[in-house]
Amino acid sequence: MTRRLGIGIIALTVVSAVVGPWVVPHDPQVQWLAHRLEGPSWPHPLGLDELGRDILARLLVGARISLFVGLSVVSVSASVGILIGSFAGYVGGRTDNVIGRLMDVLLAFPGILLAIALVAVLGPSLTNVVLALVSIGWVGYARLVRGQVLKIRELEYVQAARALGAPVSRVLWRHVIPATLPSVTVQATIGMAGAIIAEASLSFLGLGVQPPTPSWGTMLDAGRAHLFDAPHLTLFPGLAIALLVLGFNFVGDALRDQIDPRTN
Amino acid sequence: MIRFTIRRLLLTVPVLLGVATLVFSLLHLVPGDPALAMLGESASASDVEELRERLGLERPLPAQYVQFVTGLVQGDLGTSFRYGTPVAQEIGQRLPRTLELAAAAMVVAVCLAIPLGVLGALFRGQAIDQAAMTVSLIGISMPNFWLGPLLAIVFAVMLGWLPVSGTGTWRHLVLPAVTLGTALSAVLARMTRASLIEELRELYVLAAQARGLSKRRAILGHALRNSLIPVVTILGLQFGAVLTGTIITETIFAWPGVGRLLIQAINFRDYPLVQGCILFIASIYVMVNLLVDLAYGWLDPRIRYE
Repeated sequence: MTRRLGIGIIALTVVSAVVGPWVVPHDPQVQWLAHRLEGPSWPHPLGLDELGRDILARLLVGARISLFVGLSVVSVSASVGILIGSFAGYVGGRTDNVIGRLMDVLLAFPGILLAIALVAVLGPSLTNVVLALVSIGWVGYARLVRGQVLKIRELEYVQAARALGAPVSRVLWRHVIPATLPSVTVQATIGMAGAIIAEASLSFLGLGVQPPTPSWGTMLDAGRAHLFDAPHLTLFPGLAIALLVLGFNFVGDALRDQIDPRTN
Repeated sequence: MIRFTIRRLLLTVPVLLGVATLVFSLLHLVPGDPALAMLGESASASDVEELRERLGLERPLPAQYVQFVTGLVQGDLGTSFRYGTPVAQEIGQRLPRTLELAAAAMVVAVCLAIPLGVLGALFRGQAIDQAAMTVSLIGISMPNFWLGPLLAIVFAVMLGWLPVSGTGTWRHLVLPAVTLGTALSAVLARMTRASLIEELRELYVLAAQARGLSKRRAILGHALRNSLIPVVTILGLQFGAVLTGTIITETIFAWPGVGRLLIQAINFRDYPLVQGCILFIASIYVMVNLLVDLAYGWLDPRIRYE
């Protein structure tokens, strides 16, 4: 039930992000200054923001940014993490030790602290947000994959491939990495939620996407100044973030239960 | 236990050194000249030169690194560019506020999580369980930078019960603590549920009931107590998430802690202060993890011999 709800939320967001900006009659950048901070009305179902811009139109463009950040961060982090984690786990020895220490150092930074630090020095931009989130994101995948590879490399079919003289790259690519993919898929689904929240957090702190580009986090930050007189500025972008993140969490949770029924 | 403690302490040293190295390199990742970035494009060449000298940027990189690490060992985190005072002093002034907020958030999290987790475990698979776990998933999904303003709209703007920002009384602490504690409570609730379900399968729970103990006493008096050991561990490990959470929560509620100091330092391009705050938060996180590890080793002797 929750899985279907999750898939429904994600599908709705994707469709809205792709076709929405063409369907909504308003330009997200056009300002109706005389009507600024106006609440929901028929022509503007979610109201207007502090510069009189249509909130629905901006939310739809913001959905593209959230999905873009989520997809790029997760795909790059997962690819890097799988490569490094499988190599470290399969080869073992000193290589594994060095990579393990590097991962320990990166894991010593809680949450998005390192991303905040990186964006603080590199400067706020969408590219730097993705770069910062990838630089911390790959570690989780690498650790997960490394742990799995330690078990998989001892399995008979992997040892048979090795005994037949297959090179390391082939054993990893054909036999080891595919076996880690179910767990990686679960982590990636939950990782989408994490990346979307992280981007919104950075933008909320003024370290992510810069105005006038409409990001959900930036919209929430702008709404903070109008909590008393126009709460709809805060309400709708936050609701959009929470729903999309909930959707990915629902799906991730259901996938995890399917892969490992003991967790249920 | 002594050998285990020494081994864990020794393992922490390279991690802390790695953290320090990464934080040191932050200043050198600034595109262009960090001194110019801090002062702005309109700064005079002499001012830029003076700041470069003050930051030690004229010296060779290895010498800068040695000075940085030596300073850290002596508790010197550098001097704030904005305030002109030692970074350690600025952090020290705000630390009690951050710890106060983090502790209150953890209390809120535990108070919400335990009943939710117990309900989920006792009514496993039933509607109450599904509702409790859905509520906890909503808690995880709700970003604190949205929950905070929402709570402020309801309890400060609409009802007028609590102040929207500032410090001083316990009333100021409520909204920031609930904002910060909600996501943690969701994680803890799921952990409590899973752990209690495992514990309820144990024979001693059945034995306690066979000896005439009511189901309620067997669960609350025995199974719940044992199921809380992993929950306490998770609580310790989640301290890092709470620390990171303070950055946003303190910004929302103008709470004068280390997290808000970090964001202000970023906005003013006060890089020594940024480095100091990042290093401080990461070091606290590493130390808390170390304490959790040591506590776990003390509670479960098998861990010591791994």
